Amino acid sequence: MKICCLVKEVPDAAVQKRIDPNTMRLDRSGEKNLNPFDTHALEAAMQIRESGVVQVDEIVAVTMGPESAVRALHKAVALGADRSVHLTDPALEGSDVNATGYALAKVLESEQPDLVLLGQQSDDGECYTIGAVVADHLQVPSLTQVIKIDVAEGKLTCERQAEYGYDTVEVELPAVISVGDAINEPRYPSLKAIMGAKKKPLDTKSAADVGIDTSEVGIEGSKTRVLAINPPPAKEPGEVFEDEDTDETVNKIVAWLEERKLV
Amino acid sequence: MDFALTDEQRLLRETVREFARTEVAPVAAELDRTKSFPYDLVAKLGELGLMGIPYPEEYGGGGADTLSYVLAVEELARVDSSLAITVAAHTSLGTQPIYLWGTDEQKEEWLPDLCSGRRLAAFGLTEPEAGSDAGATRTTARLEDGEWVINGAKQFITNAGTRISGCVTITAVTGGSGPDREISNIIVPNGTPGYEPGEPYRKMGWHASDTRPLTFTDCRVPESNLLGRRGEGFKQFLHVLDGGRIGVSAMAVGLAQGALDEALAYAKERQAFGGPISRFQAIQMKIADISAQLEAARLLTYRAALEKDSGKPFTLTAAQAKLITGRLAVRACEEAVQIHGGYGYIEEYPVCRFYRDAKILTIGEGTDEVQQMVIARCLGM
Ligand SMILES: Cc1cc2nc3c(=O)[nH]c(=O)nc-3n(C[C@H](O)[C@H](O)[C@H](O)COP(=O)(O)OP(=O)(O)OC[C@H]3O[C@@H](n4cnc5c(N)ncnc54)[C@H](O)[C@@H]3O)c2cc1C
Repeated sequence: MKICCLVKEVPDAAVQKRIDPNTMRLDRSGEKNLNPFDTHALEAAMQIRESGVVQVDEIVAVTMGPESAVRALHKAVALGADRSVHLTDPALEGSDVNATGYALAKVLESEQPDLVLLGQQSDDGECYTIGAVVADHLQVPSLTQVIKIDVAEGKLTCERQAEYGYDTVEVELPAVISVGDAINEPRYPSLKAIMGAKKKPLDTKSAADVGIDTSEVGIEGSKTRVLAINPPPAKEPGEVFEDEDTDETVNKIVAWLEERKLV
Repeated sequence: MDFALTDEQRLLRETVREFARTEVAPVAAELDRTKSFPYDLVAKLGELGLMGIPYPEEYGGGGADTLSYVLAVEELARVDSSLAITVAAHTSLGTQPIYLWGTDEQKEEWLPDLCSGRRLAAFGLTEPEAGSDAGATRTTARLEDGEWVINGAKQFITNAGTRISGCVTITAVTGGSGPDREISNIIVPNGTPGYEPGEPYRKMGWHASDTRPLTFTDCRVPESNLLGRRGEGFKQFLHVLDGGRIGVSAMAVGLAQGALDEALAYAKERQAFGGPISRFQAIQMKIADISAQLEAARLLTYRAALEKDSGKPFTLTAAQAKLITGRLAVRACEEAVQIHGGYGYIEEYPVCRFYRDAKILTIGEGTDEVQQMVIARCLGM
């Protein structure tokens, strides 16, 4: 089995996020890191390999992004991937979700994995959809919010975390699976793995290398355009009950809750 | 001049930061309260390859540089000084002399176990009557029938008395007298008859680290346990301390950063006179001062590490870094407690522990006064 993990470089969680008003895009100039959700996908791949149920011949980390995204790939191989592929091209800049999914699908076509794993969301864009888009372009099944994977020859049994409970779904390979963070506890990379990360092969690919039609990507090729970005509406201030007489305060709170049918 | 970390250094720092935040921070207060040595954390650090960061891979080390080691110690000390000193004393004091002067046999015997964290190493220099004046050592080792017979006592030794302590390298007088005394380093494995680690001290801080007096009573080890050449012990321990000071500086930088983190967060949260105390200029100035001095101290520490790695003399920079960072850590913790008001004096808040942990940083591995002596000597005085 060959597993490809889609990974992304995102602003570090500790960095205050900001939209650049000129480009309408997230300001990604600060400290960056591997998207934490993707570490769960890598860990899932490692656990499939270590379970020994199927033979995993290769785990490949794939990213699309600017030059700095190489760091996310270094971390991905430090966490266990055997090699990595970096799709980078000025033509890809500004791609929306569909264009990004198409571009990644083209890389995957050249890799021919049996299983594609990715985190259910990125810490920056938070669109939750890239897995489904990639699957659509590849014309393979896709599952989201997966928190358990059992492998067998040629298929997987997955548990999905849904709003109403859990779905257990069997899916044939190849497939694209986006995993939730409840699926596992990602390991820390060891110092040895960190020091060895640069020794693992890294292929840099341009749009042309993987046969991407550049009219389908970038700002021009994207089917959506951000018109405006607004902060979320400020929350109404809550109601404050001054506690002068505690019995009375409790009554007021209970009445307030009853009024809203909360108790 | 390049201030950028390498990809490996960044990734290591990020990894240790994450480890410290998720694995260490939640248990640090309890380990401190119960004075429990952090066996589990040391084992986990060992698995991650962090118990032998700057030593070659052929001995099971991480094959990384001194700056990487500094970054790791810094991130640990940011949340727990006891764990940080356990790693730092093991790496810079315990393992270092064996790596630097060990024979192939000695290296093969000890380094794989030490670098993996399966065993801990200690360095026994200080004695009841020989602290700053470490050359005044009274412990003796007499060669008899192919064995060293050791008699004497050591004081305040880190990492010597845990369940996983493997050996201590001690300084001892191996011949001569008066100014011609010959000092040598000898490896003494734990469990050697006549070598007794005593009861742990009741310390002001570093409660979860292991510090004990050691006694040697007709303790016999093979002649081959001599480390390096006979009579070179004085020169050797000075060199070990130079390196150790970089590790202790990293601890001080990390602790000061931890104090700053806590103070800043608390100042934004604590309400007084109708708003957060962070809007008072008096509070802002404390935090701004510490932040500025911390950045300067950090750069000096990193420079000492870079000098060591480049093979240049680093005695001066290491002593300067130790002097500056130790004092800064004490002050940063004091200000952090001050910003916490009464809550800073209560153990529920990490700054209370930080304050207790800070003071040793102006004493251990050479007091401030000793650093000043070293600096003055380097300046030709
Ligand atoms: C928790 C802890 C862990 C330790 N771990 C280790 C360890 O693992 N291995 C080890 O070998 N040691 C260890 N030490 C010992 C430590 O390095 C010594 O305590 C330190 O070097 C000071 O020695 P001393 O305590 O004998 O003080 P002293 O040397 O007695 O100093 C007393 C005071 O006199 C000052 N002074 C001394 N000489 C001069 C001078 N010439 N000029 C000006 N002032 C001077 C000192 O600066 C100090 O202020 C540890 C100590 C502690 C507390």
